[in-house]
Amino acid sequence: METIYTDLLSIGAGLAGERVAVEAAAAGFESICLSIVPPRRSHSSAAQGGMQASLGNCAMGEGDNPDVHFMDTVKGSDWGCDQEVARLFAETAPIAVRELALWGIPWNRVVTGKSIYYKGGKKFEKVEAKEKEGLITARDFGGTAKWRTCYTSDGTGHTLLYTMDNRAVELGVTVHDRVEAISLIHDGQTCMGAVARCLKTGKLRVYLAKATLIATGGYGRIYRETTNAVINEGGGAILALETGIVPIGNPEAIQFHPTGIVPTHILVTEGCRGDGGTLLDVDEKRFMPEYEPKKAELASRDVVSRWMTHHIRQGHGVPSPYGDHLWLDIRHLGAEHIKTKLREVEEICNNFLGVDPITQLIPVRPAQHYTMAGVRTNKDGAAYGLKGLFSAGEAACWDMHGFNRLGGNSLAETIVAGRIVGEKIVEFLKGYEMQIHTAVVRDCVAADRERIARLTAGKDGNEDVYKIRNAMQDQLMDKVGIFRNGKDLQSAVESLQEIYNRSKKVGLRSSGIGASPELSLAIKIQGMLKLALCVAYGAYMRTESRGCHSREDYPARNDRDWLKRTLATWKEGQDLPVLNYEPFSAVMELPPGDRGYGGGKIISADGEAGGA
Amino acid sequence: MGEARLSALTVRLEEHRMARKLKLNIFRYNPQDPDSVPHTDTFFIEETERMTLYIALTSIREEQDPSLIFDFCCRAGICGACAMVINGRPGLACKTLTRDLPEEITLMPLPVFKLVGDLSVDTGTWFRAMNEKVESWVHTDREMDPTVQEERMDNALAEEIYELERCVECGCCVAACGTANMREDFLGAVALNRIARFILDPRDERTEKEYFEVVGTDEGIFGCMGLLACEDVCPKELPLQDQLGILRRKMGWSAIKHLFRLAK
Repeated sequence: METIYTDLLSIGAGLAGERVAVEAAAAGFESICLSIVPPRRSHSSAAQGGMQASLGNCAMGEGDNPDVHFMDTVKGSDWGCDQEVARLFAETAPIAVRELALWGIPWNRVVTGKSIYYKGGKKFEKVEAKEKEGLITARDFGGTAKWRTCYTSDGTGHTLLYTMDNRAVELGVTVHDRVEAISLIHDGQTCMGAVARCLKTGKLRVYLAKATLIATGGYGRIYRETTNAVINEGGGAILALETGIVPIGNPEAIQFHPTGIVPTHILVTEGCRGDGGTLLDVDEKRFMPEYEPKKAELASRDVVSRWMTHHIRQGHGVPSPYGDHLWLDIRHLGAEHIKTKLREVEEICNNFLGVDPITQLIPVRPAQHYTMAGVRTNKDGAAYGLKGLFSAGEAACWDMHGFNRLGGNSLAETIVAGRIVGEKIVEFLKGYEMQIHTAVVRDCVAADRERIARLTAGKDGNEDVYKIRNAMQDQLMDKVGIFRNGKDLQSAVESLQEIYNRSKKVGLRSSGIGASPELSLAIKIQGMLKLALCVAYGAYMRTESRGCHSREDYPARNDRDWLKRTLATWKEGQDLPVLNYEPFSAVMELPPGDRGYGGGKIISADGEAGGA
Repeated sequence: MGEARLSALTVRLEEHRMARKLKLNIFRYNPQDPDSVPHTDTFFIEETERMTLYIALTSIREEQDPSLIFDFCCRAGICGACAMVINGRPGLACKTLTRDLPEEITLMPLPVFKLVGDLSVDTGTWFRAMNEKVESWVHTDREMDPTVQEERMDNALAEEIYELERCVECGCCVAACGTANMREDFLGAVALNRIARFILDPRDERTEKEYFEVVGTDEGIFGCMGLLACEDVCPKELPLQDQLGILRRKMGWSAIKHLFRLAK
């Protein structure tokens, strides 16, 4: 068995993973990243909008500072975040942005003078100050008091990822791309690395590391409709869950986006609605004003998603070979506006739909978008339960997002958490020596070999892995989506348990030799179902509505009983996770209150029912 | 039933009647399987509205042949994972609508890169080596000082750098390049564009001589035959022709200066 030793093993080479590896490498530690795709193809590249940091350089960001950013983040989370972490994050973000400028990010800069911007379909003017010319500028994103989102045109994630990988190349960070970790090596106390499968040859390999980091992004692909890349199947969360020790924090905290295009669910920006775009049904009739007479299409992301789903369920969707959808109409905005202000949208429609949005309707429907959930860590990024295991980025529940993430805070988290967790890992590595128990490694490898052999030979049955995955995705999409209620959630849990039992009987239809994509999925499928069960069961047990978690049967945010985070672990041989709870935040710098948007009732900590 | 709904249904019926049966000829070879020999497999699939090659290939893998190897990642034209030769032309499969193709579609893996299997090639190793060779990073002695404001930059310059930074390392320009197909050590338009990006960037303190050492050779700019297929196939529509021209002029002058200095 090929065995590789290193100081830091990062499972994942997106922004968070590479940022941590860069920190360790700069401190002289040997760092290896594993990635199932070449590092520059990681899903971080898809975050086009930008990253939040309170530099306060632009006119509309004047007066901004980490305090305001902190408050926006806590409100955004619906008081579900760890406030110490949110504070740490807000304080560090401006430094992280400036550091990236030094490393080569072509941040857009302040241009002195007057310019025009649109908000809520209306035109406004702003004036940029002369003394700020050439400093890093920012754009507007939802849920923020100031313009705070630093960006590079329409490709912020792309430039961040390329610059970070440049830095990794410069510092000699090794990246083994097309390598997928399939289990963590641990003795119940200490993590010693991972067993991985080469996705070029199919061969297994052992990585032994003093520090192991899970930075594999979100798990959107357990849902049928998602804006996530096809690689976001939750590999890292599964590794953690299958230790039986490390918990997933708030597995039920999943964010949706109202406008994924059909069939591929590529996201089109909320700017379409912000600038005056409308949503139409099968009769080409506008329906949002019926549900939200005041705000209509401009209601918050979650609210619009909910009514869209409701309207489709009422039978007003447009039938298509890919299921029912609705229409987004921006025709009335005119060619000039679309070609300048909504250029990306025009390109997406032309390239991926063959639709001309100037004259035609855009097929859309809500799709899963972001996992606030993840491997639960402390504020240093150290995972609960295993020494030497860390996590950062969307894969982690650090937890600065709580029950709702603000736009521009995901990209920022990768860089900021990467920097902070990287420093903490460097501290951890200094003077740390690890005992490697060869029997543990041997048993772990033997177990992985055995399960691959059984899958390949079809020893446990001949269930089709794609059918199993599709059945799981349908359950989550239809019953653990935007609207949730006890009856559907219970039914989802029961169905997922049955599908989980079927997933144990998967057998390959192909040979499984080499880069077999069928085997890759088959190895993960039981883990994906465990994860799905954590989401469904966590959502079922949380009898309140908070942020993106909307219970029709419990519409109030309940601070009396639910100011606490779900911690889901999986015990071997069970078909349901064990759920424990811990307080959201040891420190409540900002006491729970009204977000000022999203509406909904609040049951306060002292039991009083309030409203918003 | 509303009139619009009725007409929508009529259109769908029309479309259904006219739905094409697509014939996909796909290159097959699994280098890890001793029994595998390079050949072409043919698959048939009913075309649906707004179908891209991502939808078509995924459906073939899941419903017809689970052993089919190909790469998709973002499926939104952002990550560059799914480049392949589509009816003779390198392009991103996710960005290719079947309705823009004839009924018969032939898919091959990109040349130049090492084959992983079927339509999948190893671009990761190639691009890492390229990035190491051109030292694709800002060379600077400046250290991060968290207490200091960032250096100023003109927004127009930031946008100019971004324009060249948009490359997604998909490999289309390399696969379509006459020189790259003939000589293994040719850096390709992607590397030359990368150098052009750093030459533009005042934060990179490399001298012209240092750039010349990287690209002023036959492996670099002087190996380019000027066929310019690179620009034709670039899915991000990067101005590669201009960049190659500018770089050739710059490096030409550099070579002359170098000779002049030697003569002295």
